[in-house]
Amino acid sequence: MFEQFQDWLENRHEYAKDWKARTGGKVMGYFCTYVPEEILYAADILPVRILGSHEAEDVTEPHIFKMFCPFCRDCLAQGLKGRYDYLDGIMIAQSCLHIRQAFTSWQIHIPVDYSYYLPFPHGVQNRAVYKYLTGELDKFKKSIEDWTGKTLTDEDLDRGIEIMNTNRRLMKQVYETRKADSPPLTGLEAMYMVVAGQMTDKRDHSDELEGVLKELPSRNLDRETGVRLMMVGSEDDDTEFVEMTEALGSTIVVDEHCTGSRYFWNEVEPQEDRLAALAQRYIDRPRCPSKDWPERTRIPHILDLAEEYNVEGALLIQQKFCDPHELDIPAVRQALEAKGIATYFLEFDVTVPIGQFKTRVEAFLEEYILEDMLF
Amino acid sequence: MAEERWKSKRLACWNQAKQLRTDYYKNYAQAHEKGGIRWAGSAWAFSVIPAGLGEDVWSLTGEPYGASVAWKKDFAAQCHEAAQAEGYARDLCAYMRNYWGSILLNKYVFGGEWPKPDFAWTCHTCCSHAKWYQVASELEGGVPTFSIDGSVGPYDELDENRLNYLVDQMQEGIEWMEKVTGRKYNDELLIQAVCNECRSTSLWAEICALNKAVPAPLDEKTMYSLYVIGTLIKHRQECVDFYKVLRDEVRDRVDNQIAAAATERFRVITDTQPPWAFLNIFRYMESKGTVSVGSLYTFGLIGIWEVKEDGTWGPRTPPEEGSIKTREEALRTIAEWTCSRPEWQQFYSPELKTEMLKRVVKEWKVDGVMLHYNRGCEGLSIGIAENKLGLREAGIPVMSFEGNMGDEREFDPERTRKKIDAFLEILEASLRR
Repeated sequence: MFEQFQDWLENRHEYAKDWKARTGGKVMGYFCTYVPEEILYAADILPVRILGSHEAEDVTEPHIFKMFCPFCRDCLAQGLKGRYDYLDGIMIAQSCLHIRQAFTSWQIHIPVDYSYYLPFPHGVQNRAVYKYLTGELDKFKKSIEDWTGKTLTDEDLDRGIEIMNTNRRLMKQVYETRKADSPPLTGLEAMYMVVAGQMTDKRDHSDELEGVLKELPSRNLDRETGVRLMMVGSEDDDTEFVEMTEALGSTIVVDEHCTGSRYFWNEVEPQEDRLAALAQRYIDRPRCPSKDWPERTRIPHILDLAEEYNVEGALLIQQKFCDPHELDIPAVRQALEAKGIATYFLEFDVTVPIGQFKTRVEAFLEEYILEDMLF
Repeated sequence: MAEERWKSKRLACWNQAKQLRTDYYKNYAQAHEKGGIRWAGSAWAFSVIPAGLGEDVWSLTGEPYGASVAWKKDFAAQCHEAAQAEGYARDLCAYMRNYWGSILLNKYVFGGEWPKPDFAWTCHTCCSHAKWYQVASELEGGVPTFSIDGSVGPYDELDENRLNYLVDQMQEGIEWMEKVTGRKYNDELLIQAVCNECRSTSLWAEICALNKAVPAPLDEKTMYSLYVIGTLIKHRQECVDFYKVLRDEVRDRVDNQIAAAATERFRVITDTQPPWAFLNIFRYMESKGTVSVGSLYTFGLIGIWEVKEDGTWGPRTPPEEGSIKTREEALRTIAEWTCSRPEWQQFYSPELKTEMLKRVVKEWKVDGVMLHYNRGCEGLSIGIAENKLGLREAGIPVMSFEGNMGDEREFDPERTRKKIDAFLEILEASLRR
């Protein structure tokens, strides 16, 4: 049922090249999920998130200081190896310094027709932020218009919003089914679904989701749910790790990261001013830690998810050297444990030592969770 | 020891700088005894704004405090261990860990217990600034915190929307400060602080520009003790007054060819914070005939610059006395002024920093660049590898060394000295060519 998502994820470049050939449209590589894809869809541009390949690489050392996170290096490596040679443009919505470094190195060394740095605000709890972002989105829209030679009307923006909102709504419906005692999909399948959505045309993706949603109610996974886990933290598309974890007698029933629920959790609420509506959606979405200050709004959201999905344990995943997450993890850990949810911290690199991690996760499941459940 | 080529003498205003710094940390610690207010925040916080709360408002800027801790290696190690024990990773900003460690240990590095601020007021430009004070507030039991989001892009792209965002946040911050302190805000004090800051940051740039002279009247190690006044009190009259005295003295040294380093033969620059616990590497270089005449960090962290008619960098002209009349004008002035700070540009593109480094190399007659791959500050290390490539492409000799500004465990002095030796041999060879 989720094979199509897996296929899209594993053959992302072939999909994008085929999409270009099929539609004659432009493809935009983007570096962070704060990019307003609605404007790109309004302009008939395919947004594809630039992600790594989880292979050891030796091409980024001359470009990025080695204490910057493995994810940003892995992303840049894909560009330097020519794997995204079909991109017409690249863009970033300002988030952390590390992924910004990958974007700027890409700008310097991998020529594309168009590049855009959207200075997405960090002060999302400050009053002035909505007006500011609306203004920046207006500039970005004009830039896209200049590039494509096409004026974007309210109808175009409405279409972009509808494409994105439909996809968000459908993925949330799939996530809703994971609350069941026996979830009809695994965490691995959910990861295939969400990550594939970041690199395929949302209309294709939504069509596939419609089909999945019809079949999910009668789906019975021939496996024990085991320990109900949540994954919290940095960007994480490491399917090998998820597969290994779920093979140890657990199911990842929900997540809080940008290749998961943070990406699609809230929709654009209609407003007369479409750009103001977009600004509101992106400012009010579940936050990346780099933008979550001075109040920690992530924590109540994480606790709500943990409760709604009946979570027993949380894996706190962090890309090595990821400062924003390093600054949140102690507080997240404390909050979860205060609610009786065991936590386990793991630091990810481009490749993970799956054997070591297996031993560690196994010990966590046995020592911290099963013991609590049995005694 | 290299041959002495120039006359040299100690700065006459040196002790004045030391006294200002001592007074600053004492005033903050003792503020409550005198009925005053204490606030803490980044040295990049818009410090002109709390100045409108009264003349008895004292700040503790986190980065210079963290650097002061770094200099005391044993205490820094205790701070790092305390922060790690609390769950914070050792690769986080070293200044931040020194600061949190001081809270956790309840020790002020200048003596006595940790002086908890009444509120935190900061500016978020790198990934850590606002989070630093978020965590500090939690460790201190809930200190009210406000942070201006300063990440509005490079100065050459600054427009009304971006400027308005900064000004609107400042207006919100003033309302917040009034609520938190119960004090009525004084626009006259704000306007005066803005004028002071524009003058002091322009003066510091003027002082740095005097270092274009050969021999250099100032060396970088000495400059650390001078620029720091700007990181502490750039908005205060005392800073303006001190920088005028210093400017006059440095100008006199230029006129009389008084060198900072009598051995000056080669001139280098660095780019970012040094490993504070090992400043003796600068003296080591001087013993080999090499003086560091500054860095983007010492020039551009506090100094505000503009391109002059002849195309060179010089101090930015401050607003005319009496030209700022209202709160809005004051806020717009300081927002726009601050966005032109050189050290803010590199956050948006390594090419901007490379171009600034190339300019400094040319105008300050620099023979080579030393890049500090600083594990303690990802903000000022962003793009550093691209800077190295860009400088090399321009034919400029570059050496890099890895270290940490605030965590001495990550700096290898012997290895760095060897790298310096090799670099100086390269400079020597290039001179022969």
